Amino acid sequence: MSETLKVPTMAEYMAQGKSPEVLFWVGCAGSFDDRAKKITKAFARILNKANVDFAVLGAEESCTGDPAKRAGNEFLFQMQAVTNIEVLNGYDIKKIVTACPHCFNTLKNEYPSLGGNYDVVHHTQFLKSLLDDGRLTVEGGKFKGKRITFHDPCYLGRANGVYEAPRDLLRKLDVELVEMRKCKTNGLCCGAGGAQMFKEPEPGNKDVNIERTEQALEVKPDVIAAGCPFCNTMMTDGIKGKEKEDSIEVMDIAEMIASAEEL
Amino acid sequence: MQYIPNIVFIIALILGVGFFAKNVKKLLRNINLGRDIDRSDNKPARWKNMAKIALGQYKMVKRPVSGIIHVIVYLGFIIINIEVLEIIIDGIFGTHRIFSFLGGFYDFLIGTFEIFAALVFVGVVIFWIRRNVMNIKRFMAREMTSWPKLDANLILYFEMVLMGLFLTMNAADLQLQIQGADHYASTTGEIMGAFPISQYIAPLFEGMSTSSLVILERAAWWLHILGILVFLNYLYYSKHLHILLAFPNTWYAKLKPQGEFTNVEAVTKEVMLMMDPDADPFAAPPEDEAEGEPEKFGASDVMDLNWVQLMNSYSCTECGRCTSECPANQTGKLLSPRKIMMDTRDRLETVGKNIDANKGVFIPDGKQLLDDYITKEELWACTTCNACVEACPIGIDPLSIIMEMRRYMVMEESSAPTDLNNAMTNIENNGAPWPFNQMDRGNWISEN
Ligand code: SF4
Ligand code: SF4
Repeated sequence: MSETLKVPTMAEYMAQGKSPEVLFWVGCAGSFDDRAKKITKAFARILNKANVDFAVLGAEESCTGDPAKRAGNEFLFQMQAVTNIEVLNGYDIKKIVTACPHCFNTLKNEYPSLGGNYDVVHHTQFLKSLLDDGRLTVEGGKFKGKRITFHDPCYLGRANGVYEAPRDLLRKLDVELVEMRKCKTNGLCCGAGGAQMFKEPEPGNKDVNIERTEQALEVKPDVIAAGCPFCNTMMTDGIKGKEKEDSIEVMDIAEMIASAEEL
Repeated sequence: MQYIPNIVFIIALILGVGFFAKNVKKLLRNINLGRDIDRSDNKPARWKNMAKIALGQYKMVKRPVSGIIHVIVYLGFIIINIEVLEIIIDGIFGTHRIFSFLGGFYDFLIGTFEIFAALVFVGVVIFWIRRNVMNIKRFMAREMTSWPKLDANLILYFEMVLMGLFLTMNAADLQLQIQGADHYASTTGEIMGAFPISQYIAPLFEGMSTSSLVILERAAWWLHILGILVFLNYLYYSKHLHILLAFPNTWYAKLKPQGEFTNVEAVTKEVMLMMDPDADPFAAPPEDEAEGEPEKFGASDVMDLNWVQLMNSYSCTECGRCTSECPANQTGKLLSPRKIMMDTRDRLETVGKNIDANKGVFIPDGKQLLDDYITKEELWACTTCNACVEACPIGIDPLSIIMEMRRYMVMEESSAPTDLNNAMTNIENNGAPWPFNQMDRGNWISEN
């Protein structure tokens, strides 16, 4: 970890008259949330290791508008989208990778009809393609044989039908992959989606993340693997609520790969 | 005199089908109260969806117990309806088992009908037990009391009675054939049809005279066909409309990724205008918007929803698979996607009756779908996780209705919860839902 991260911005690329292979869309959580920043850095380290020519927007990036849209504020969403599209098209961006399924879904599905057409992939899909192309190799390392369960993010799984890329990566880590009772198409939400992250839950008898954490605990995992910064927060809180933080970790798949490779 | 039964039958048939047609007309009128939406793209995929989900019951069997029983009842329903065709022809012309000339194939058909009738009977009894004895959570929810509960049971009783009548009719018929009764027995004395089930009922009638058997057979025959006509007309008032609407419902279902929500076009126009540096803010609105009020954003009542959403509400079987997968509902929140569909239908029915009573125009009744049927608390509990959409066996999208209503609450009423308003203000001012400066977005790169 002694090496410093090489994370150029699009502006820097532009100044040199170059364009990167892929834009890394960091997202609000990835930029500002302390827990999510670790995921962002882990992913950037892997990109550095695999010599991926990438850039970020830095201060030119702004919220995709996903929470506004799911809250019903179509105006704010479209204002955000149109502003972002102007920046992205200004840099002639073709391909985007993001570690946030909400950004992924919005950029991929909801930007095209507003003039933003890009090839958008989730970071688990991107990492999988790096492995498939031989640009990155991973070995089990410290996760070999560990019991891992993957929590499907709604906006990656059901919303976009991506179930296998994250699981393929876990298999590459030689883990013992165990599925929760509710997984893949039937996966249970962590409770953060639909702008719930930014408000108090309605009255009920339990929080959604606790329900989901209980389902995860049923399969007795060593690590709960996540693919979304919001799921990560929710599951981490759930594990803390169950006082299991000493025995069970909640990790993003990018963090697991970075850690297995001792990056 | 001898034609009286034929005439009575034809009148019953015309009345039954006529009333049904009238209800269908009303149904279409109500569905068309919704906004327009174009769902005619990609027809091959739509046919495929319909074949797989409605015809093939692909999603039903994801829950194997109820799924497989449902497939049996569904197959039985379709197959036994072939027999109804013979019943209708016999009824009109006063014939007896008009298709019996098919010989061995006829035996095979009747035999199959009988087996299915018995299977349906058993299946329906199991359904009844599941609904009334087994305390299955999704049948016990707060929206499943009074009429919805009664409706579900009535259908089961209906089917039990219809299947019972069908088998009784066959058993009496068989006994009459054995006794060589006029009109029933064939000239050759050969038994027409095969009766794998009712042959066990027939012996019960052995001691009966031919004339009482005829009365029994006729009574069962009449009740069976009249029952079917009543059932047909009951559909409109019942969740059982799904047996017809499941087909268009799956055909018109959303094909895009579940996570893709519509971009509201009216908003796009305004946003583009705001972003366009050359736009004249005082310019007259374009032609097509020149008259009438500006378009309302989102939905506060059923007329603001699109017609597919309204059709969805009539198609809902109230099975509760959506609700049992809903994270909000599972954790005790008020939200139930099934209730969203049921409320939409109830409101639409009320609006329809209002229109009928007021010579074709809707007179505002001081009520609307939002608040009077579906509360804000329900709507704000949704995580937009799409579990309900995925679970629905007939392709209903409750989430799209929730989203339209949220749009109304935020864009027309500004009634979002305070925390959410704060997050949205942050997005507007500094490009993130939290109060961080956009200029600091790249700080993580150099932090340790
Ligand atoms: S999308 Fe909303 S209503 Fe549907 S299951 Fe998820 S939380 Fe429940
Ligand atoms: S919306 Fe679909 S899943 Fe939900 S109750 Fe109606 S038919 Fe069942």
